[in-house]
Order: sequence, then C-alpha cells, then structure tokens
Amino acid sequence: MIETMITISLVLFTITICIAVLRIILGPSMPDRVIALDMIGVNLIAMIAVVSIMLNTAAFFEVILILGILSFIGTIAFSKSIERRVIIERKRDR
Amino acid sequence: MNVNEIGEFIGALLILTGGFASVISAFGLIRLPDVYTRSHAATKSSTLAVLLTLLGTFLYFLFSQQIFSVRLLLGIIFVFLTAPVAGHLIVRAAYRSKVKLADISTEDELFEVLYKEEKEKENEVEIEEDKEVEVVDEIEIAKENDGISDKS
Repeated sequence: MIETMITISLVLFTITICIAVLRIILGPSMPDRVIALDMIGVNLIAMIAVVSIMLNTAAFFEVILILGILSFIGTIAFSKSIERRVIIERKRDR
Repeated sequence: MNVNEIGEFIGALLILTGGFASVISAFGLIRLPDVYTRSHAATKSSTLAVLLTLLGTFLYFLFSQQIFSVRLLLGIIFVFLTAPVAGHLIVRAAYRSKVKLADISTEDELFEVLYKEEKEKENEVEIEEDKEVEVVDEIEIAKENDGISDKS
C-alpha cells in the first residue's frame, strides 16, 4: 500500500517536471522560463525526499538542503540579471 | 496495526497529497495567460506541495526508523522561507523589464506609480505629433485646393 502510494507520487512529480520543461520550451518571455526552472528545482527536492524513502536511507537529506540553496541562488541571480543586466554590481549607489 | 504503521501511512498520505498539489500547480503553470498569474501557480502551490512532501518524509522516517532528522526540518524551514522571496523577486524583475500583461487584465495601477514621468513625456510627444499631423493635413488640403483651382 505505502509502496504504491509513494510510486504514484513519484510519477506525479515526474509529470510536473515534464510540464515545467514544456513551459521552458514554450515560454514567451525570460521570466517565464526562470519561474519554470525554479519550480523544477523545488520539485526535485520533493523527488529526492521520495527517493530516499524508496531506498530506505537517510543519506540524501544533505542533497535536499544543498539543492534548495542552489535553486534559490540561481533564481536570485537570474532575476538580477533580467532586471539590471548585471549580476555583481561593483558600485552600488541605490 | 500498531502505531508505527499508522505513522508511516500518514506520511505516505501526505506525500501523495503533495504529489497531487504539485500536478495542480503544473497545470496552472501551463494554462494561465501571462507571467504574473503563472507565478501565482508556480510559487504558492508548488511550495505547498514540497512542504507536504517533506513533512511526509519526516513523519515516515520518524515512525519507521525512529530517526528525528533535523536536516529535513531545516530543509522545510529553508524552502518555506526562500520560495516566496524568489517568486517575488522574479515577478518584480519581470515587471521592471516590461513584460506585457495578459489581454484580459483590466487595470495596471503600478504602471502609474513607477513610470509616471515617462508616461507624461509620452503624452506630450503624442500631443506634439497630433499637432504636426494636423499641420500636414492642412498643407495637403491646401495643395489639393491649389490643384483644383489650377485645373479650373
């Protein structure tokens, strides 16, 4: 029973990631693609948690933390790059 | 059915709910008309989905292996803190880089706050262009009249 539920949820997360990839390909503007990428990162976190249940090990929990941090920093860098065309500002005057 | 099995079942149920919420947010991402409405679907319900899944994983490991995983709790807190911030920043960048709103949206109040001066300049330019167009029309009308008078 529990095995079945976990497998079904893994399939559902896979469907979500496929739809987000579709939005990345279709996306009319750059922020659309970044939002879809952020969503893929968040869903990967959930998938790794489910996989760690399936493999019955607690070794993948660091991966969850690091993937969360990387996804957040990536989204921030993309949004700064879209807004001001630079990521690292040498002189910040505002 | 002892306590551990019930706990594992609740964890698996939370994970399944998270999977359904994730699919619902994916449908929002593919069907909504513009980037602002899409960000609602992508950030809010996706955060809910991943929170449910991580909570289910936490409960599952707590009851099946008696592991109280602090790392999973840290991951929950981190996702809960950062996902709305990332969504807000990317939508702000989208508005500042002038991504168009959907055609069905009726009002844009932020435009007047952010771009009031530019809008006034645009209005002045438009008024001047209108004047020029009127002048050109008058000249053309005068030419036509001249042509008619020449023919007659």
